[in-house]
Amino acid sequence: MAYDVNGTTVEHDEEGYITNLSDWSKELADVIADAEEIEMGEEHWAVVNFLRDYYEEYQIAPAVRVLIKSIKKSMGPEVGNNKYMYELFPYGPAKQACKIAGLPKPTGCV
Amino acid sequence: MASLDMNAEGGPKFVGDPLKIPAIECGAMMDTNTFAAAPEHNEPLGFPGELLDNWQEVAIAKMGELAANNRAFKVYLDTCVKCGACTDKCHYFLGTGDPKNMPVARQDLLRSVYRRYYTFAGKYFPWLVGARDLTKDVLDEWYTYYHQCSQCRRCAVACPYGIDTAEISMAAREILDSVGVGQKYCNEIIAKLKKTGNNLGLNPKALAATLEDLEEDLEDETGIAVKIPLDVKGADILLITPSADFFAEPHIDGLLGYAKVFHSAGVSWTISSYASEAANFGMFIGSYENMREVSWRIRQAAKDLGVKRIVFGECGHAWRVAYSFLNTLAGPFDFLDQNYPIPQHILEFTLDEIESGNLKIDKSRNDEFVMTYHDSCNVARGSAMGRKEGGQFDVPRAVIKAVCNNFYDMERDTIRENTFCCGGGGGLLTDDLMDLRIKGAKPRMTALQQVSEDHGVTHMAAICAICKTQFSKVMPKFGYEMDNVMSVHQLVANAVILDGQETEAETATAEETP
Repeated sequence: MAYDVNGTTVEHDEEGYITNLSDWSKELADVIADAEEIEMGEEHWAVVNFLRDYYEEYQIAPAVRVLIKSIKKSMGPEVGNNKYMYELFPYGPAKQACKIAGLPKPTGCV
Repeated sequence: MASLDMNAEGGPKFVGDPLKIPAIECGAMMDTNTFAAAPEHNEPLGFPGELLDNWQEVAIAKMGELAANNRAFKVYLDTCVKCGACTDKCHYFLGTGDPKNMPVARQDLLRSVYRRYYTFAGKYFPWLVGARDLTKDVLDEWYTYYHQCSQCRRCAVACPYGIDTAEISMAAREILDSVGVGQKYCNEIIAKLKKTGNNLGLNPKALAATLEDLEEDLEDETGIAVKIPLDVKGADILLITPSADFFAEPHIDGLLGYAKVFHSAGVSWTISSYASEAANFGMFIGSYENMREVSWRIRQAAKDLGVKRIVFGECGHAWRVAYSFLNTLAGPFDFLDQNYPIPQHILEFTLDEIESGNLKIDKSRNDEFVMTYHDSCNVARGSAMGRKEGGQFDVPRAVIKAVCNNFYDMERDTIRENTFCCGGGGGLLTDDLMDLRIKGAKPRMTALQQVSEDHGVTHMAAICAICKTQFSKVMPKFGYEMDNVMSVHQLVANAVILDGQETEAETATAEETP
């Protein structure tokens, strides 16, 4: 199980989350997004970048509410709301956006 | 009951029968398997990393050990008379039509092997008594079908002998774990809890940042500085709540509700970063040792923080473990204040506050919702609540009715002790089982559609993190929005008005006054 990024293989688990977090690159994000049938636009990148910054500081993805609050601040309420987040990432900003951002899958009753 | 097409003119419109028995479809779910655990998920739990070479010998010995040490398990294996009362009680059978999801058939996957090795007839005349050898195919079949049981125990209520399929499912998973065949979802989570204190893997710094963020939200909303304290030594109450309450929707709204209630009650309370999880997946995998280790963290946190009381947040199976097993797993709790229930459920706390008039409530703030309530299986059939029999059914409803004007129950055979599982309990709340989860949710969803049709119900409240996540994912498949499931304390949070909080109505009046 691996993604192919310009000829380099990047291992992932059964669900498409990359095994080695340091393998992440912007090119890889596009490849994962492609596999998820998502076309990365400016708003998708805003979410992915926030997730990665947050992860760097806290070693875990933020609660969806925290993510939305931040996006609302940076991109306005039209983008920073729950409904729109699900339009961007139909399988949910927590799991699908984390996968594209190269972060581990949130586990538990979530 | 009326059929789908026979909607009476002017009468209640009939949308379907949640109890409808499907046509049998042999093997319908035989290829539905949950991801297997890797060695790094199994080993921290004390299990072999991979399938043992002598797995057959170990599994048979483990089964014998369980039957010798657990009287209930042995009685359940010995007494079934195949009366069939349980056959149509399982939501996974009703949703899939696979006969191996009939509780009796599910039990027999294990019972037939037990008979072969541990009964006289099975040892000498296996063909006469339906006894079979433990082969790799049988082991695989166990893995498949014991991970299509959410251990909800609806079938146990129907059994005239009281046979509890959940106990058999737990034992089967324990045997599987003992030979190195674990489930990724449960075992990865338990391993994570042992490292970080919760299922999510939320470290203390991240937890503190999340809670601060939520305090900000509360202050923005109410104008009052409501605290969500973390690791406060000497607080009176330790709140043990599922970590989903720090992360997911609508769970977080429930947490904000607890904070408002504690604030209004004027008690001192705290969350612990060491025991930042109510959930105890040790129960799902039938592992006493893991269940005990997870529970022990709660005792340790209570001692370290020097609290007087322990209150549990909205988490279904956690409340079963807390109410029914915590004292034997991690007791005695003689260092806590004996004047309060040990442990206490947040709903008991809130109802007491409501009944003693300590909360200022404006029910009309929930008028946009027409509510129903989903009894979570582990609360309904594995615990009690409050001071009266049946409190686990009545206390949540009393709280909802105290904060909402519009409430209607679903059909009687689908609620209270007969409640249907949400379809995601017992360690099945994982994306790789989504097909099963959707099918298993069908009976509950059909009952909901009925009450929506008959009474205009728009939202369903729950008190279990698993139920809330499961419904928010599957409700869109049944014509609802993901936010049509709500936390009970979300409704409380909406209706409670804090001391000094300016409401919109007051602000409007103030503006009108010259």
